[in-house]
Amino acid sequence: MSSANPSAPKVMDMREAVGRFVHDGDTLVIEGFTHLICFAAAHEIIRQQRRDLTLARLTPDLIYDQLIAAGCARKLIFSWAGNPGVGSLHGMRRAVEQRDPQPLQLEEYSHFGLVARMAAGAAKLPFWPLRNYRGSDLPAVNPLIKTIECPYTGEQLATVPALNPDVTIVHAQRADSAGNTQIWGLYGVQKEAAFAASRVIVVVEEIVPESVIRADPNRTIIPGFIVDAVVCEPWGAHPSYAQGYYDRDNDFYVAWDGISRDAKGLEAWLNEWVYGVGSRGEYFDKLGEDVTARLSAKPRMSEGVNYGF
Amino acid sequence: MAVRAAHELADGDVVFVGIGLPNLACNLARATHAPNLVLIYESGAVGAVPERLPVSIGDPALVTDSLGVASMADIFQFYLQGGRIDVGFLGGAQVDRYANINSTVIGPYAKPKVRLPGSGGACEIAIHAARVIVVAPLSARSFPADVDFYTSPGQAGKYGTRAQLQLPGGGPTRIVTDVGILEPAADGELALVAVYPGVDVAQIKTKVGWALRVSATLEPVPPPTAEELTLLRDVLDPQHLYL
Repeated sequence: MSSANPSAPKVMDMREAVGRFVHDGDTLVIEGFTHLICFAAAHEIIRQQRRDLTLARLTPDLIYDQLIAAGCARKLIFSWAGNPGVGSLHGMRRAVEQRDPQPLQLEEYSHFGLVARMAAGAAKLPFWPLRNYRGSDLPAVNPLIKTIECPYTGEQLATVPALNPDVTIVHAQRADSAGNTQIWGLYGVQKEAAFAASRVIVVVEEIVPESVIRADPNRTIIPGFIVDAVVCEPWGAHPSYAQGYYDRDNDFYVAWDGISRDAKGLEAWLNEWVYGVGSRGEYFDKLGEDVTARLSAKPRMSEGVNYGF
Repeated sequence: MAVRAAHELADGDVVFVGIGLPNLACNLARATHAPNLVLIYESGAVGAVPERLPVSIGDPALVTDSLGVASMADIFQFYLQGGRIDVGFLGGAQVDRYANINSTVIGPYAKPKVRLPGSGGACEIAIHAARVIVVAPLSARSFPADVDFYTSPGQAGKYGTRAQLQLPGGGPTRIVTDVGILEPAADGELALVAVYPGVDVAQIKTKVGWALRVSATLEPVPPPTAEELTLLRDVLDPQHLYL
């Protein structure tokens, strides 16, 4: 059940949101497929030194590479682990191959399998059926991928168990103060991840009046009544992106390969850019004006539609 | 390879696009013989017309001016499992004689020599797309007789044939390499069906880990046109991200 209390004020800063809603030992999902990956939340989790997290995400990406290297995780549930277009996730590989800074347990799916786990979690079903994995070795290395006979056709279907995170953190373009959240552009599995979770933190580029949300209701993907905390954190997804706000910092994704290649380099980066700043605001100031000039989105407005009757 | 892969696409095909060379091939085909290609990305972009070469599979340029944006649950369940995808593109560290593809580990899974990124959407693309084009440079290391790990099922192998497994899609039907094209024969084993100009068949045979069959009649392979090369080098990938 969602712990969201309708009368409690939800707007708070990141320190309070992570302090109250992310606990040691939690299963944590910070989703976002390339788009809207909430690095601001991950950095606060690192600063607050959360431990023994089970991290789930389709693509661990740099965000989980950083959480793993900072010693926050004991297990990773994933379906594609690389630095897109660049190479390996060195922090994750060190944890798996050398148990540095600590061992990391892996639980592996394909994208479809992990999407299906979140769909089952959101629907509060115990599992989800899919026509997949026959002829693949994935079920042989992940005993949680099972099969079931369809009661109607007799067909053997693959199944994956529901994933119900303790907490899901969603980055979005905007929400109102009650957490009614709007996303445009790629929305990945953000909706499923939020509905599957016991606690939901929404982090937005802007908090807008409820009237703005009501003027375009088709864009709302998460209703406020399942949201526990709303955090306003402009540029909170950098080096990921927010459509209509800022572009992906592809240069940083490339640079991460060098930064993370050895443990010392990665640690030095965490010291400077995570432990060395108190908040996302300080991180943004430290990035300097160059980043806004380089990455700010050019306008490409949608036309708007008639919601009248 | 980008030009060869582009030639595999027919106008009007609905294509599940991967990043890198397949992306380049699709945009080349769209700019030349296949203007009505529908590009779908697993990130959710449908009918994408990227104004710049996307660096990642979730690039914002895939959304701008696209026909639609779908959730990933819809992409995998309705578009892919629903049988709406004509062509999928796959790459991989290893491709075997029956076109099984490994993008998971080199060596044993529990103690890998090299840990690769994993399936992503590859397993389900190999199962559901009506046909799958594999793009990979040919070498004995990348084309062993058997892959170390079956990430994405090919035409046959230790689990049986596609017919025995009742897989809905066609699986890997064309393997586009840097020297020629392979295609599964009736029994599922890959055979050489096309050789690029200036390439020696005997040399190709040394670049696979099994006794490669050669088709009795090789397909003609025209060299890339000047227009195709100009488009690739000056328009589609001017920064040479993939070329």
